[in-house]
Amino acid sequence: MPINIDKEIEGSFQIIGGNFVNAGEASTQLKLLLSKLGVDEEIIRRTAIATFEAEMNVIIYAAAGRMHYHITQQGISIKVDDMGPGIEDIGLAMQEGYSTAPDWVREMGWGAGMGLPNMKKNSDIFKIDSVVGEGTTIEMFINFP
Amino acid sequence: MTLKEIIEILDATVITPLGDEELNMDIRSACSADLMSAVLYYHTPNSLLITGLTQAHVIRTAEIAGIKTIVFVLGKKPDIYSIELAEEKKISLLSTSLCMYTASGRLFQAGLPGCLYK
Repeated sequence: MPINIDKEIEGSFQIIGGNFVNAGEASTQLKLLLSKLGVDEEIIRRTAIATFEAEMNVIIYAAAGRMHYHITQQGISIKVDDMGPGIEDIGLAMQEGYSTAPDWVREMGWGAGMGLPNMKKNSDIFKIDSVVGEGTTIEMFINFP
Repeated sequence: MTLKEIIEILDATVITPLGDEELNMDIRSACSADLMSAVLYYHTPNSLLITGLTQAHVIRTAEIAGIKTIVFVLGKKPDIYSIELAEEKKISLLSTSLCMYTASGRLFQAGLPGCLYK
């Protein structure tokens, strides 16, 4: 069932690197917004997983980042850009199980090498661009049925 | 399998208050993991999460994944912040003294399947 929104909605969240206590807050707020708009539960679940993984990557690897969302009748587009170390080999990073996370991150339950594959799996369109020493930008689009 | 049955099978301690609605909740699968991305990748909605990690981001992971109940193994209990977060998100928390392997084995033997699907 298509959702009924009067006008396009957009907004953004600031994400602070290393802030594990509030990790997931941006994704939770976006999930709540989609729920209020009456978006299909499965679409909400996919969006929340994709954004949560992106949010965690900023928290784990970057100094700071921003998540921007844009909701239309057709779907939701999400752009996450960070001031992080960048990814040397995107092809390798997209492989399930490949991770450069340090041990302390793994001990917290992250760094399984599933983050980027998980974002791709839950998006209809997934784009990643990264410059070593500058940062990473991820763009995702999820269609509304 | 109801949450009430799961509590009995695991001889679990209840951390968050449970009413009849939670105790009679129908749980159809379970996922045992300490890697949160694995939980996000392999879970099915309304499954049970069995884990040894107790930090707040485990509660957030459950919320994002639509998981309503978490069992902490080896008698572990989360801090007050995580408990309050779970209560706010309506996620039930249990703790069992069993290890992850035994807790998972008991539930599987009792008929609760794993949630792995791709």
